[in-house]
Amino acid sequence: MSIKYTPDHEWVKLENSIATVGITHHAQDALGDVVFVDLPEIGKTYAQKDAAAVVESVKAAADVYMPAKGEITEVNEALRADPSLANSDPLGAGWFFKAKLANPADLDKLMDETSYTKYAADNAH
Amino acid sequence: MSATPDTLLKVPLNDLHVALGARMVPFAGYSMPVQYPEGLIAEHKHTRTAAGLFDVSHMGQLRLVGPDAAAAFESLIPMDVIDLPVGKQRYGLLTNDAGGIIDDLMFFRKAANEIFVIVNGACKVGDIAHIQAQIGTRCQVIPMPEFALLALQGPKAVNALSRLAPGVEKLVFMTGGNFTVNTGAESIDVFLTRSGYTGEDGFEISVPAPQALALAKALLAQPEVKPIGLGARNSLRLEAGLPLYGNDVDTTTTPVETSLQWAIQKVRRTGGARAGGFPGASKILAQLAGGAGATSRKRVGLLALERVPVREHVEIQNTAGQRIGEVTSGLLGPTIDQPIAMAYVPPEFAALGTQVNAIVRGKPVPMKVVAMPFVPTHYFRG
Repeated sequence: MSIKYTPDHEWVKLENSIATVGITHHAQDALGDVVFVDLPEIGKTYAQKDAAAVVESVKAAADVYMPAKGEITEVNEALRADPSLANSDPLGAGWFFKAKLANPADLDKLMDETSYTKYAADNAH
Repeated sequence: MSATPDTLLKVPLNDLHVALGARMVPFAGYSMPVQYPEGLIAEHKHTRTAAGLFDVSHMGQLRLVGPDAAAAFESLIPMDVIDLPVGKQRYGLLTNDAGGIIDDLMFFRKAANEIFVIVNGACKVGDIAHIQAQIGTRCQVIPMPEFALLALQGPKAVNALSRLAPGVEKLVFMTGGNFTVNTGAESIDVFLTRSGYTGEDGFEISVPAPQALALAKALLAQPEVKPIGLGARNSLRLEAGLPLYGNDVDTTTTPVETSLQWAIQKVRRTGGARAGGFPGASKILAQLAGGAGATSRKRVGLLALERVPVREHVEIQNTAGQRIGEVTSGLLGPTIDQPIAMAYVPPEFAALGTQVNAIVRGKPVPMKVVAMPFVPTHYFRG
C-alpha cells in the first residue's frame, strides 16, 4: 500500500483498513525540535479533520488531524517517551497513532507522494 | 508587524545567515534568522556551554548627546541616569503617563555628555519619535541605523572575543567601552558592553554595518562560536527570567506589575533626591509605596509539575477552577528540561510555592510559582 498525504502535512499508510498516521518530513522540519506530543485515547472515534493529537516544538504547537473518520486502535508510546522520534524518523518510528477507518475510500482524495512533494515545495514559505 | 516578504528589511548580515543555512522569518519588520541547521535545542545548549553569536541588528541604537542629555533622559524613564558613571550600563524603562511601559531598553554612559541607548526593534521607530518629541530640544537625539549589533553569549564568549580584542576580559557585567577587534586581515573599531539577554556571560557589540560581516566571520572562526537564531534567544532569555517586550511587558503593564521595580533606583523613588519627574510617576510611585496590595496583578515565574508545554495566552486558574490570569511567555526550557512560563496573577497568588493550574487544551496542568531566573545566571562580576 502506498502512502498518502494530507494538506496538513501528515502521512497515512493503510493496511487492512487500519491507517497509521504521522507527520511528514516537511512538517517536522518546519516545527523544529519536537519536545512534546499529546496522543489520542485508544477507542475514541474522530471525524475527518478532527484534531486527534498535538505535536509541539520549543517554539510552536500544531494539531495532528484525523485524515478520515475512524476509531483509534493504537498510539505510539515510544514517541510519547521520546518525541524527538518525530524529527529523526517521521515516516517510521515517529508515527503518532493507528485508527480503524469507517470508510477507507476516504483516503482516495488525498495526495500521492508526487503531488505532496510539489505541494510541500509550493508551501515552503 | 504584518510585513510581507517583499517589504521586509534586511540586516547587514542577511547573506551570511542565508549562506549558513538559516531559516529566515519576519521579525520586527526584518527578515531574521530564527534557527540554523543544528536546530533550536542544540543552539540553546551550545550557548549555555560554549559561545553563541546572535545577530540583533534589528534592534534600535541611538545616542543622546549634549550637556543636558542625562537629565533630559531622566524625564522619560524612572531610572538614575545622572549618577550613572561613565563606562557603565543600566536597564531602563520608557514609561507613559498611565505608568505603562512604552519599551524596555539598555543605556550606557559613554561620556558626561553622551548616552548610548539600545531599544527593541519592533519599538524603535516609535521610541525615537517619542524621545525626539519629548527631549529633542534639550539634547541631540541621534539614531544609528548605520550600525549593526551582534551579541556573543556564553561561558566561552570571553575566550573567543579576548583573542581578537585583548582587554575585553577585564570588563565586568554591565560595563563597556571602545575596543579594536583584530581579525588578522583588518582592525575593526567597535563599541561593546559586557551584557546580554541569555543569562550567560557575554558581550553586545555595536559595529559599523560595512564591517559587520568581517567581524561576524572572525567570531564564527573561533572554535567556541556557533551562530544562534532568535528561537534560541527566546528560550535562553525565558530561562534567565528576562521579560520580552510585547509578550511579558507592554503599555498596559506597569513596572511594579511586571516585577521590574528593582530597576527603579532609590533616588527616583518617593523620598529620593530626584523622586518622580518621569511619565506615570504618580501611579508608579504609589504602586512602589503600596506594597503587594497596590496592584491587581504581578508577573511571576511558573514551573509545570507535568511535562506539558504551557504557552503564551494559556489561561491560569486557581485550584478552585476560577480564572486568575494568563501566561505571557512559555515553553519547555531546553536547559531546565521542564515546561516554564511567565504569567500575570493577582498578588495573593504570587507567593513562591503557590500552586495554580494552566488550562492547556481544556485540561488543567498543575504549576507552581517559582523564583526567576529558572536557570542560574552566570554574569561576570569580577
